Amino acid sequence: MSEDLVGACADILDAAVARRAAIPRLSEAYPELTVEDAYRVQDERTRRRADRGDPVIGVKLGLTSRAKQSQMQLDQPVYGRIFASTVHPAETPVRTGTLIHPRVEPEIVFVMGERLEGPGVTAADVMAATEGICCGLEILDSRFADFSFAAPDVIADNTSEAGVVLGPRVLDPSSLDLRLLGLILEQDGDPSMTAAGAACLGHPAEAVALLANWLAGRSEAVEAGWLVFSGGLTPSVPLEPGHSVAATFAHLGSVSVRAV
Amino acid sequence: MADAGRWQGAADALWDAQRDGKPIEPLSDDWPDFGVDDAYQVQLVNIERRLAAGGVVRGHKVGLSSRAMQQMLGVHEPDYGHLLDDMFFYEHDPIDTGRFIQPRAEIEVAVVLRTGLAGPGVTVADVLRAVDFLLPSIEIVDSRVVDWRIRIQDTIADNASSAGVVLGGRPTSLSGLDPALIGALLRKNGEIVETGCSGAVLGNPITAVAWLANKVAAFGVTLEAGQIVMPGACTRMVEVAPGDVIRAEFDVLGDVTARFC
Repeated sequence: MSEDLVGACADILDAAVARRAAIPRLSEAYPELTVEDAYRVQDERTRRRADRGDPVIGVKLGLTSRAKQSQMQLDQPVYGRIFASTVHPAETPVRTGTLIHPRVEPEIVFVMGERLEGPGVTAADVMAATEGICCGLEILDSRFADFSFAAPDVIADNTSEAGVVLGPRVLDPSSLDLRLLGLILEQDGDPSMTAAGAACLGHPAEAVALLANWLAGRSEAVEAGWLVFSGGLTPSVPLEPGHSVAATFAHLGSVSVRAV
Repeated sequence: MADAGRWQGAADALWDAQRDGKPIEPLSDDWPDFGVDDAYQVQLVNIERRLAAGGVVRGHKVGLSSRAMQQMLGVHEPDYGHLLDDMFFYEHDPIDTGRFIQPRAEIEVAVVLRTGLAGPGVTVADVLRAVDFLLPSIEIVDSRVVDWRIRIQDTIADNASSAGVVLGGRPTSLSGLDPALIGALLRKNGEIVETGCSGAVLGNPITAVAWLANKVAAFGVTLEAGQIVMPGACTRMVEVAPGDVIRAEFDVLGDVTARFC
């Protein structure tokens, strides 16, 4: 795909974000769009944002759990960027009017102490490079109508990013068995879903290792100080005005959002 | 409610289904006003029959305790069944699937009582005081209704679709533990197929025990010291067939394995 087409796809998505209006799949207008092209679109949009003073502060994995893969009918994990402007302050309501059709999912978050550069990064390397673990909620808002997309669409759309909320407590990773870390997701106080960390590729650190090794293929790394959202552990749930979603994790405490 | 004759007839149909290994059509299909209270009476007919034959109640199970299961059956309350002595299988010892019709497995945090609990009016605090220890466990469920085509009345009449229990041998005390946040995963033949957490059951398995104690009180039943409560599944259930190995792994509590032949 030419640089012009990459720029055109970036324009379409940036406009959809600005207008808060869902668009048809890019892969319909550009059936030749590959996964690699889509990451180039994501890169272009990342550069534009950095130029506007909104730097990358982390990275997030998507479609790392069977629950999410079956919900979205895609079978490969994907990654996107987290920007400084999208860290949502705890206890501040989300204004859904600024979004198209927001959803929320609970995740285990790595706070990186050291840079992780692939190839050859293992889950053990990830744990050793991690300064702390906390819980978080990711706010998703696909720019595509009905959250319906193929892998290149969602990658170009920065994996549906709309914001992240961080939990209250950052713990030393060596004190936790992330595989068996339990969580309860509550919608308006109703405990509607549960999961454990193993939902994320068997162990969330495996997902981060996969990410570091992918990024190496694109001459990038997981940087020291970054937040890494390791992927939704349950299917995502809608975030609607007047409603709230809370996730309570063993050891890591609770994180919640409410929408107005 | 229906009369004793109707209860007996329904109980006989379920009894024969279990004996012959041949599932029946849902009782609710041709019993329009079949109520939940009728269903518990049908369940009790067959429990009495098993007790008369020498069976012993060793505990109870709470079913339909997750929101997902309740939504599937369109109900807002759990149900319960009896656990008799012949339903307990040993860990690692192959379990003959031939004794079941269409078995499935669930992973649960089993609660063992040190003291009895007599409802009504049992609180969560009462349950916390009464618990001796928790065990990792696998429940085998089965339906005597064809293709699991159950409404809530059908499963209640069928002893809450219960079939067996495998208990792990490592006890964990409640002290210092958050019983709602015990992470769990289910492996089938080595592969992680489900994950969940103990709070999947009414938010907390302790709540499920309190619900049970109060519910059985309406039928003149008390939870006795030493009995086991299976409070409900941490994840979705999975089908089991001969040769399958189901393994449950829990945060803090440890593991338990059931083998099927």
